[in-house]
Amino acid sequence: MSIERPSTLDFPADAEGMEMVYCRPIETLTDTPFHYCPGCGHSVVHRVLMEVVAELNIQDKTIGVAPVGCSVFAYNYMNIDMQEAAHGRASAVATGIKRVLPDRYVFSYQGDGDLAAIGTAETIHTVNRGENILMVFINNGIYGMTGGQMAPTTLPGQVTTTSPYGRDVKKVGHPIKIADLLIQLPGAHYVTRQAVHNPNAVRKLKKAFEKSFQYQKEGKGTCFVEVVSNCPSGWRMTPVESIKYLEETMFPAYPLGDLKVPEKV
Amino acid sequence: MEEKKNKTGEAKLMKGNEALAEAAIRADIDGYFGYPITPQSEILEYLEREVPKRHGLVLQAESEIASINMIYGAAGAGARVMTSSSGPGISLMQEGLSYIASAQLPCLVVNIVRGGPGLGTIQPSQGDYFQAVKGGGHGDYHLIVLAPASVQEMADFVFEGFRLAEKYRNPAMILSDGALGQMMEKVIQPEEGSLPKIKTPWATTGKTKDRDHNIITSLFIKPEEMESVNLQLQEKYRKIEKDEVRFEEIKTDDANIILVAFGLSSRICQKTVDLGREKGIKIGLLRPITLYPYPYKRLNELADQVEFMMSVEMNAGQMVEDVRLAVEGKVPVHFTGRMGGMIPSPDDVLHEIESILDKQNVLQD
Repeated sequence: MSIERPSTLDFPADAEGMEMVYCRPIETLTDTPFHYCPGCGHSVVHRVLMEVVAELNIQDKTIGVAPVGCSVFAYNYMNIDMQEAAHGRASAVATGIKRVLPDRYVFSYQGDGDLAAIGTAETIHTVNRGENILMVFINNGIYGMTGGQMAPTTLPGQVTTTSPYGRDVKKVGHPIKIADLLIQLPGAHYVTRQAVHNPNAVRKLKKAFEKSFQYQKEGKGTCFVEVVSNCPSGWRMTPVESIKYLEETMFPAYPLGDLKVPEKV
Repeated sequence: MEEKKNKTGEAKLMKGNEALAEAAIRADIDGYFGYPITPQSEILEYLEREVPKRHGLVLQAESEIASINMIYGAAGAGARVMTSSSGPGISLMQEGLSYIASAQLPCLVVNIVRGGPGLGTIQPSQGDYFQAVKGGGHGDYHLIVLAPASVQEMADFVFEGFRLAEKYRNPAMILSDGALGQMMEKVIQPEEGSLPKIKTPWATTGKTKDRDHNIITSLFIKPEEMESVNLQLQEKYRKIEKDEVRFEEIKTDDANIILVAFGLSSRICQKTVDLGREKGIKIGLLRPITLYPYPYKRLNELADQVEFMMSVEMNAGQMVEDVRLAVEGKVPVHFTGRMGGMIPSPDDVLHEIESILDKQNVLQD
């Protein structure tokens, strides 16, 4: 993928005479190596998000909120001002930031347990207020950080450490499609479901982030970008197997695409 | 206290909750986030009514959990923010308060205490003393706790609370009760704009080229790092304990019995002091104004001159433990109080003192 060279970047010294076709957003990503498991989608989402922040040149105006979950250390990688929230409360924390700094770009970055289980009330009410922020929702159907327990988005029959015989919907209910719920709320301006399992999906995700920041600039309301992602470790799969599982099992349950787009004026 | 210098204008008859809310506007709060609960809803109501006409921001959240996390976010962004609630709502905030204390963010939290435990009653109580002064949430931390005893102090302590919170980058709490919140008294409001804003270079306001990114977090996964954060907090608490203890003494000079009471109970005990002295019993009163830090040292000194002390509280006896710690067994420390929203009368307290004296006389005879 050829990306436009961010204006803030310099060519490395040894790159003279060569055309830059690929580089990381060195301004907005720190040098800290990602701690994520091999094949995990988190690092790609981090990178794409920070690429957009660099390209829009809004590093000095962007504040992120990290959740409790695998991405709890997001602030170690994203070279922007960040706050680390209590489990489930990222959107309330983001609300607090945005309300006192309304001219900044604010986003929360949350997993499925965080956003769709323990933080459901905050999620729904943040969107219902039309809080002018971006909510990034990583849905991999499992609690990754705590070792692969059942999540609110775990699929029926899916085996996890706390659903060892498969998710029994009679006992614990069906997976919650939170994005589908949120589109009912007038405060939701833009709701989309994306992925990072192949380059084309990554390009689409990047577009979704770009749009979300544009809408935030225009004060349109809440933008909600769900990323249906993988968890090779929690799923007990190789990265390649996990991509196959995404395509064959996760995407049919969580179809990709826009769920709510702003009405054309 | 210091605020008196800055007061302007006429004395006005105000409800405790409204006096506190007005003082918050005068203290130039950038934001208030709250959720209704009796007996403190007037704070949110007053601010929703007045803030749009003046300055700042007020937002009714979906829960106290959301409120306290909005406070975390806004305080982390460098804003002067406050919330208020009563017992059950304050319980819901404990997780957030632990995070705020760990991340060392200044903010003001007001607890207009009602009778508990559980849903309890909406009548006044001091049953949240332990929760307020001993931590409340998980981990080793303290709030700075101020206990007003009048509507005037409901207003003044907003300023004092922010001053202390911002000086130490630590959450402060006003521990009041339903009676002080609801009753009307004369109050002279602190002067608007007389509380300067502090510099917050640590705040998440957007990373500029000239500095590293600012991180607000309470996560220190390496035990060595977590211990060093704890040591830093403890050092701060020692400094607060050294420099910020506040209390008031009434007729302690010649007293051989000392009552210890805070907030509303201290108002009651003030009357008991007078009633006792009319009967020739030399009673004095020590009123802790800061509940954390606590006036241990002064109580220990007073223990040398008295026969006994008595802690008077609107609970089952919580602060009495701190009085006992303070006097180090030098003299007996008694307790009297009412629970569940009931308020002891000055006569009740005097009667308790007299019955202790009677027992002593019997023993001496």
